[in-house]
Amino acid sequence: MHSKQSKWLWGAAGLVYLFLYLPLIIVVVYSFNDSKLNAEWVGFTFKWYEILFNDAQMLTAARNTLIIGLVTSVCSTVLGTLAGVAMYKYKLRLLPVLVLTPIAIPEILMGVSLLIFFVMLNMTLGLVSVTLSHIAFCIGFVAIVVRSRLQGMDESLVEAARDLGATPVQAFRLVTLPLIMPGIIAGALMAFTLSIDDFVITFFTAGAGASTLPLQIYSMIRIAVTPEVNAISTLLMLLTLALIVIASKVAPGAIKAQS
Amino acid sequence: MRNNRLAKWLISGPPLLYLLLFFAIPSAIMAFAAFRFPGDYGGLLPLMDVNPDTGKTELLINAANFREFLTLENFARFFQEPVFFELFIKSFWYAGLTTVICLVLAYPLAWLIARSPKKHRDLLVLLVILPFWSNFLIRVYSWMIILGPQGYFARSINAVLGVIGVGPVQLLFSHFAVILVLVYVHLPFMVLPLYANLEKHDMNLLDAAQDLGANAWQRFWRITWPLSLPGVWAGAALVFIPALGMFAVPDLVGGTDGIMIGNLIKQQFLDSRDWPFGSVLSIMLTLAVLMLAGLATLIGRGGKRNAL
Repeated sequence: MHSKQSKWLWGAAGLVYLFLYLPLIIVVVYSFNDSKLNAEWVGFTFKWYEILFNDAQMLTAARNTLIIGLVTSVCSTVLGTLAGVAMYKYKLRLLPVLVLTPIAIPEILMGVSLLIFFVMLNMTLGLVSVTLSHIAFCIGFVAIVVRSRLQGMDESLVEAARDLGATPVQAFRLVTLPLIMPGIIAGALMAFTLSIDDFVITFFTAGAGASTLPLQIYSMIRIAVTPEVNAISTLLMLLTLALIVIASKVAPGAIKAQS
Repeated sequence: MRNNRLAKWLISGPPLLYLLLFFAIPSAIMAFAAFRFPGDYGGLLPLMDVNPDTGKTELLINAANFREFLTLENFARFFQEPVFFELFIKSFWYAGLTTVICLVLAYPLAWLIARSPKKHRDLLVLLVILPFWSNFLIRVYSWMIILGPQGYFARSINAVLGVIGVGPVQLLFSHFAVILVLVYVHLPFMVLPLYANLEKHDMNLLDAAQDLGANAWQRFWRITWPLSLPGVWAGAALVFIPALGMFAVPDLVGGTDGIMIGNLIKQQFLDSRDWPFGSVLSIMLTLAVLMLAGLATLIGRGGKRNAL
């Protein structure tokens, strides 16, 4: 009886996994289809990738996305690590609220309030406004990962270092920092992925100044479905996959820290 | 002692300042904008202007004329025109339905992962997260392909419907498409907290219940389910709240009558450029989310207490 039950459950679970993956597989398969429509399979081609690599707008968008992602990743990792350490070490009231709320509320709220803010400051919307916004919402994710890493750390190691004569700064640099490094790396990768993936906040803060890949994809699929989008989607998926593999090599446990 | 305080400020100061500047202050400005008038060309009616005589920036608003600059009308409009309230209800309904469907799909999966051999668990969890790592828009787009009228799926469904004599249905640009895609993009958020909860359950409890004669259904309903409630509430909050504020999904697959509150907010800010009213809508959405988050925490706590 027990095995019959679990057979049913495995069946259900299998269907859920299929539900999760089938749509993405379809996107990849159609990126090689020699037809303008994502309907009938006609034949194999690399045509859409060729078109993609000759699409100047798309390349600019890719460059923008990369710049924003890298700057966001660096800045939010520094600020987020500080926030994570502060939230672990001290009893603070305001900082945890400011760190966690951007994660908890729907993204659109942050998008529109930043839009008002930048326009009031007379700032031209573009790369800078997008990056500043991305850093603001990535800090929280980094802080959470770093804090949970600190919570899992053995505090007596730091105490031992202090007993052996290390200053607080030395103890942090030589003991705490290496121990929480996987968390920091995970946070940095997470911030990078969140930034290159972000659509909503970018949509409101980019103006006409800076198109990113998600914005580009959005405007393309709003008008019509074209296999060029399948091609860029496939490449983006490969990039994410590569990042995950790197994460698991550089910082084993980093992936786990994120879930 | 003083050193400690200095360290505390050095560590917490930079992120605090950054988030004050780029989160707290913009939010406060938006809340204030809800009480202002729209400008002549959209945006906000300015409170300051450059005096042409002196060349200096002057505040236009003062104690005598503040009624020309501040108003409650935007809020009044929200409550007077039922169409806005109805859209809120509809968004709640979409988000609620999404949450329930996610729960039904996620529960067996999370349970199985939690009960599978330890060495497989990480991989099975990773397989749930992996699609979530691909770009959000790609995941929406994949369903635009599947549900599109030329796709195999839509054609086979309509072929079947044709046999039983029901006219062809449009799958894309419908309520159905919105719910389906909302479920698809939020499912991992439900699986993970459920799994984290179910993994900690003490299997001895179930064995004990079985020894005492409880059947499978009783064991689930009286032990596993109540113990898993904190995970259920956590997952529900993680799905419901982002789903409630979603605008890209209804925008791309919802067609004209699939829109949600997020679409209206976007419209106010980018298309009709009525920022004060857009701010009112955003405040209402924020209040709804805060209430729900508070409720989820309360119930979650209650659930934990009951389970112990």
